[in-house]
Amino acid sequence: MATVSTEINPQLRTVHRLTAAFIAVALVSLAIANVPALFQAFDRAGFNLYPYARPVIRTYYQGLTIHGVLNVLVWTIFFLSGFFPFVTVYALGRPLASMRLGWIAFWVMLGGLVLAAIPIFANTATVLYTFYAPLQASPAYYIGLTLVVVGTWLIGLDILLTWRAWRRENPGRVTPLAVFGTLATYALWTIASIGLAVEMLFLLIPWSLGIVDTVDPLLARTLFWFTGHPIVYFWLLPAYVSWYAMIPRLAGGRLFSEPMARLAFLFFVLYSIPVGLHHQFSDPGIGGGIKLLHTFMTFAVFFPSLLTYFNVSASIETAARLHGGTGWVKWVRNLPWGNPAFTGQVMGMFLFVPGGISGLTNASYNVNQAIHNTTWVVGHFHLTVGGAVTLTFMATTYWLIPYLTGRALWGRRLAVAQPIIFFVGMAMWSETMHRLGLESIPRRTYLSQAPWFENEWGLNRILLLIGGPTMFVAGVLYFVIIIMTLVASREPARVEVPLARPGEEGSHEQVPKLLDSWRPWLIGSVVLIAIAYLPVFTHLLRNISSVPGFAGIW
Amino acid sequence: MINRKTLLELGWILPSIAIPVGMLVAVIVSAFGMMIHVPSDEGTILPAAIDSTPPFDQPGVLRQVGPNQYEVAIVAQIWVFNPREIRVPAGAEVTFVATSRDVIHGLDIEGTNVNVMLIPGRITRQNAIFKEPGVYRFVCHEYCGAGHHLMFGQIIVEEP
Repeated sequence: MATVSTEINPQLRTVHRLTAAFIAVALVSLAIANVPALFQAFDRAGFNLYPYARPVIRTYYQGLTIHGVLNVLVWTIFFLSGFFPFVTVYALGRPLASMRLGWIAFWVMLGGLVLAAIPIFANTATVLYTFYAPLQASPAYYIGLTLVVVGTWLIGLDILLTWRAWRRENPGRVTPLAVFGTLATYALWTIASIGLAVEMLFLLIPWSLGIVDTVDPLLARTLFWFTGHPIVYFWLLPAYVSWYAMIPRLAGGRLFSEPMARLAFLFFVLYSIPVGLHHQFSDPGIGGGIKLLHTFMTFAVFFPSLLTYFNVSASIETAARLHGGTGWVKWVRNLPWGNPAFTGQVMGMFLFVPGGISGLTNASYNVNQAIHNTTWVVGHFHLTVGGAVTLTFMATTYWLIPYLTGRALWGRRLAVAQPIIFFVGMAMWSETMHRLGLESIPRRTYLSQAPWFENEWGLNRILLLIGGPTMFVAGVLYFVIIIMTLVASREPARVEVPLARPGEEGSHEQVPKLLDSWRPWLIGSVVLIAIAYLPVFTHLLRNISSVPGFAGIW
Repeated sequence: MINRKTLLELGWILPSIAIPVGMLVAVIVSAFGMMIHVPSDEGTILPAAIDSTPPFDQPGVLRQVGPNQYEVAIVAQIWVFNPREIRVPAGAEVTFVATSRDVIHGLDIEGTNVNVMLIPGRITRQNAIFKEPGVYRFVCHEYCGAGHHLMFGQIIVEEP
């Protein structure tokens, strides 16, 4: 693989420290959360390890809060906040519009994280990452999480300014796909996060500070899910950017269809927000008709993922055939399986297929009642965010950390095995969680201590007992590889940023104008949100039912 | 211009639209043909007024509302269901009217379509038909504090 550093504008390197800072925080969070993750897995298998975690983790539910917040919120959001500015800078070939804004965002987010982590570890915010009112956490928890969201807006703003500067410098050029996907992600996230911002600023923060005495739990919950579903696309789309803009290069080919890729990103802008009620099918106080409408919308947001399955698979197959691959299946041998950055992401894609399908079950109105709030849902999002997103981010660090540090990846063969081990553990564990969900086993419940749960020895318990620790081992291996790369690797890194070179990325002339513009899609998004949510919020605001909070009942 | 690539793309896109549409039709048929619905809006209630508001003033009392049709109220609170046990005759269609006295709870009755949220300030209604005699466990499935996992009860379906 040729180094391309000689062609690269040295000003681009200014983003390296910012990216490294965000990814360092993400990795520390992932490492910490790996421990309660193991405790959770043992609890499901009937072994209560939590007594051994005292006094650091006092209860099962505190451990679950740590695992949830650090893994699903911090690991993902801090990683992508470092990844997206890096991608933007390298795909546009110009530095960020404002490094200062990027660093302000970092310190705001880190400050928010520390502020939220203090009550979590002090056991005064054991409300899980969904923080459903009227469970009332310490105000620092809500304020801290809000600051993290504010930081994501600043990063989005910096990327927007960078793109606008690039357009002034390059009139008439089509935005590169990687940046197009990045902008789509921030467009949907900025609109979506308004729900959470309103919930925090107008309901939870004043209430937790004692300025108001009561809160409407259903209104808070509905605002939460306005953001809470699209936030999964905030986590997922950086993986999609990598699959579309980087996997073809890693596989040694080019993207199969760039217009189709752009269409997929634009579909997320249109449909990722007006779908939140599919988390609230079982809620009282909201009509059945509008819930069914959200089912329709959720099925529409499945479509771009179907496009992605096809386009990314076709790109990988095309690359294999360019390298001499033949036959119906034999071509898979002509792929760079020895490159952990490639293998890890493909393992993530494999997990995403069943994860996407079980998501359709969740979204299917009345069918949801078979699995709502059961371990099925946990199985589902561990395949998507815990599997596809996490493996893609880990695999990305296998090229990104060597690129940033100039040190070759330590233990390359181990790094190829690591995502495969994780895949096997996750497949066993999450398949079992899906099946237990069909038997009405509730999620987020201290199962090893539940008097009604007879945890008989059988296939399920064995699969959970093997699958969970297998993932933990894969997690430990990951950190061994990363730490050894940082401290023990002496070889210089010979990696490139796996973005398509100009002129390689599909063919820009073929991108229709509509697929390189924003206005019609943003208007469409706002119209769909209005159709899906105006009736809900109007109804809720006319039927406010507020209740007092409950703090410290954990 | 239809080339091989466009054909491949269309060959994927069209089924990608047709399959979800087919699944939606199945959902609509099950909802409106078989009348399997999710909870809807059943109004509000002040948690402080639960004990004096019918039907929550008599939780667990089975009231007949039609031929083999019954209604029963359940009040959830940390960390117990009131009542913890409900006896119904086999074949009965039972409507559960439930709410929460404090934080958000859940009610999931195994083997039925009753899988609902109980939100303080709101009333939840959902019904189930108990065809087979036996014991049906119900649990709280939303995290509600330290004793969440201790919150359960059972429905005993008796031979009529």
